[in-house]
Amino acid sequence: MAEDHEVVVFGVWGSAYSRRVETALKLKGVPYKYIEEDLSKKSPSLLKYNPIHKKIPVLVHNGKPIVESLVILEYIDETWQGGYPLLMPKDPYQRALARFWTKFIDDKCVPAILNAFRGEEQEREKAGEELAELLKLLEKELEEKRFFGGENIGMVDIAANVIGFSLGAFEEASGVKLMTREKFPKLCNWRDEFMSNSAAIKENIGPSREKFISFLRNYLRNK
Amino acid sequence: MSKGDVLLLDCWASPFSTRVKIALEEKGVEREDREENLFGGKSELLLKSNPHQKVPVLLHDGKPICESTNIVTYIDEVWTSQPLLPTCPYERARARFWADFIDKKLFDAGGKIWRNKGDEAQEVAKKEFIEDYFGGDSFGFLDITAIALTSWFSAFETFGSFKVEEYCHKFSAWMMRCMQRETMAKVLSDPKKIYEFVLMLKKMHGIE
Repeated sequence: MAEDHEVVVFGVWGSAYSRRVETALKLKGVPYKYIEEDLSKKSPSLLKYNPIHKKIPVLVHNGKPIVESLVILEYIDETWQGGYPLLMPKDPYQRALARFWTKFIDDKCVPAILNAFRGEEQEREKAGEELAELLKLLEKELEEKRFFGGENIGMVDIAANVIGFSLGAFEEASGVKLMTREKFPKLCNWRDEFMSNSAAIKENIGPSREKFISFLRNYLRNK
Repeated sequence: MSKGDVLLLDCWASPFSTRVKIALEEKGVEREDREENLFGGKSELLLKSNPHQKVPVLLHDGKPICESTNIVTYIDEVWTSQPLLPTCPYERARARFWADFIDKKLFDAGGKIWRNKGDEAQEVAKKEFIEDYFGGDSFGFLDITAIALTSWFSAFETFGSFKVEEYCHKFSAWMMRCMQRETMAKVLSDPKKIYEFVLMLKKMHGIE
């Protein structure tokens, strides 16, 4: 049971969405308690805090739950404003762009990443082509910036963790490279920078990513 | 209350466009609506402004903002009188959660069976969230997000032989309250026209 002053995160080791929440908290230096959920046997606490979707991640702050990773990220940014430059830009137009791209990543890129590695060969190929088109748009949006957020990691970078965490893991597990350096030099540089950027990210994403790759190797071998 | 040129790339039947219009009306912002022909040929401007090539798109001094919830938030951040979103981060998070829920569950232009929508509407209404309005005692972001869909509700009610009122009185009462606002009369689409539009969509998709 979460103490009233505590920050608690309910997550799952294989979920890029859980990693997003932890990354934001770590970047901002916010102490929190992490609770690993078993999705085949969801805890009463999870069901209490997210009765509608019953999903992770859930952030509980002062006993109050916030759900959906992108909503949680904005909440974190608005609640803890020190420790790291703000994840969202100040300018309303830039903010609108950031929200557009985070939604783009979740609504379009994530399904395409999953479909590019699962299902029948023809479907995978088609999804792979679709993913390439989506990645082109992201590559264009990155321009010459170090991060989507500019000099510092921002909301879009954290949302795009699926590229390093999920897509990268699928690529390593399957041996099939879709985001090649030839086709996507900027995105590849971004991914390398993002994944090695700070202790906050390395410690958070690194170990669970390795575990995820092992899991995927088994999963893909047994298909 | 001008802060530059405001152009809306629009479709009269789109509840998502309606959301944007309500928000601009509530803030007293003048705008130009430009109707897009979604079936006959989208304009160059639309194709250039939105990678998804969908309406609504708000162009503010030529800069495009896409996705209705995003646009409403942008409007609230630029024209700051009469805030639509709450100021407290937790309440803002709740508003964003429910807007996401409304988008994912309450609306489906493919004409899904209306009965399901009833359950979801009931779920939304059940929450103490709806007192007088979604946000509390004043009309705001979440009300705008949901009310824009209601012109489509009556079309679905007709198709599904079902009445929202029977399922969730609170939700129905909330709808009535919102409809009384002056801004609603200006921008809500005629439910009869929506019904005909949905009929056409159904024919196009070969759905009976």
